[in-house]
Amino acid sequence: MSQMESQTNDTSVRNAFLTGARTVIPILLGIIPFGLITGVTAVNAGIPPLQAIAMSAIVFAGASQLAAIDLIGNTAPVAVVVVTAIIINLRHVMYSASIAPYFQRLSGPWKWLCAYGLTDQTYAVSLTEFRAKDYTPSTRKWFYLGAAITLWGTWQLGTIVGVVAGAQIPSGLSLEFAVPLTFIALLFPALEDRPTILAAIVAGALSVIAGVLPFDLGLVVATLGGITAGVAVGRRHGSFPTSTRSDEFTRDSESDADDEMGSTQ
Amino acid sequence: MTGYDPMTIWLVFFIVGIGTYALRLSFIILFGRLDDVPVWIEGVLRFVPPAALAALIVPAIISLSLGPSLGLVFEHEKVLAGAIATLVAWRTKRVLPTIGIGMLALWGLQLVL
Repeated sequence: MSQMESQTNDTSVRNAFLTGARTVIPILLGIIPFGLITGVTAVNAGIPPLQAIAMSAIVFAGASQLAAIDLIGNTAPVAVVVVTAIIINLRHVMYSASIAPYFQRLSGPWKWLCAYGLTDQTYAVSLTEFRAKDYTPSTRKWFYLGAAITLWGTWQLGTIVGVVAGAQIPSGLSLEFAVPLTFIALLFPALEDRPTILAAIVAGALSVIAGVLPFDLGLVVATLGGITAGVAVGRRHGSFPTSTRSDEFTRDSESDADDEMGSTQ
Repeated sequence: MTGYDPMTIWLVFFIVGIGTYALRLSFIILFGRLDDVPVWIEGVLRFVPPAALAALIVPAIISLSLGPSLGLVFEHEKVLAGAIATLVAWRTKRVLPTIGIGMLALWGLQLVL
């Protein structure tokens, strides 16, 4: 950004930051209990409080944190914990690709910082805003940071309160049940069409059967099974791959897609 | 309770953290060098959230036991509370009412059943 731009944009920068922060306030209602539960389950799984708090800053991805905490509590093999958490976070590649054009003109360090703050929620509100309104690259960055920093701070605070409260909460309250409830709430917006519904049903059914597999591999196997089922039915209906962009890659890449799916089965 | 020692926990957190950061950074950094993300990758990744979330939900409510005989293990209270929460999630698509009503349903059913 040139010096002249930075002088004239002082107010619009602050406005963009505050607008970003304000836009995510309704979302915080869902983030706070999610963060609390993450903190509580982490200490209940035997993770030391300081590490449970640090986890939210290091990983900063709720669903994968909860899955990792569960597996760590079972003393699952390290490789299984890592692979499971990474698979759950694969969706961030999609967000990264989708939001990248809006960050194209940022300098390197800003790109690295913005990437750290990329979550389901920040992605969703930012993309909606960038598509609807005319932002400059600079005000765009500040809108994004306003949303990301608000969510980040709330997530850290929620985890800290959960960690502190976790030791005091009686186990008779079955508070661990709030974890699948959180995932139920997150599942429905992800059910976009028949192939995604089928992917969820197959993964859910497989997760019960694969639950008996050694090394806590059930989640990985069930997730890959669900993805495969979704892709298979999408291909049969001719709706795979579904994308909002042009389909120039589709024809060339179909054989690659076959190879990839074959190797994961 | 975990059998991990604190060093192993740090190791897991840093590997998962760096891996997750790499996923977030991937196309933000690559854009301009790679033309765009191939459509088929986007097509596959679209199925990750529904599949992973369903695979996280169901085993927390129902599990399979191999011995003494093959069968499903579950608590009626959790199955019913899960069903009620599913209805709430479906109708509202909101996190807070889903958790709130689901937990209240579980506590209520635990008192009654």
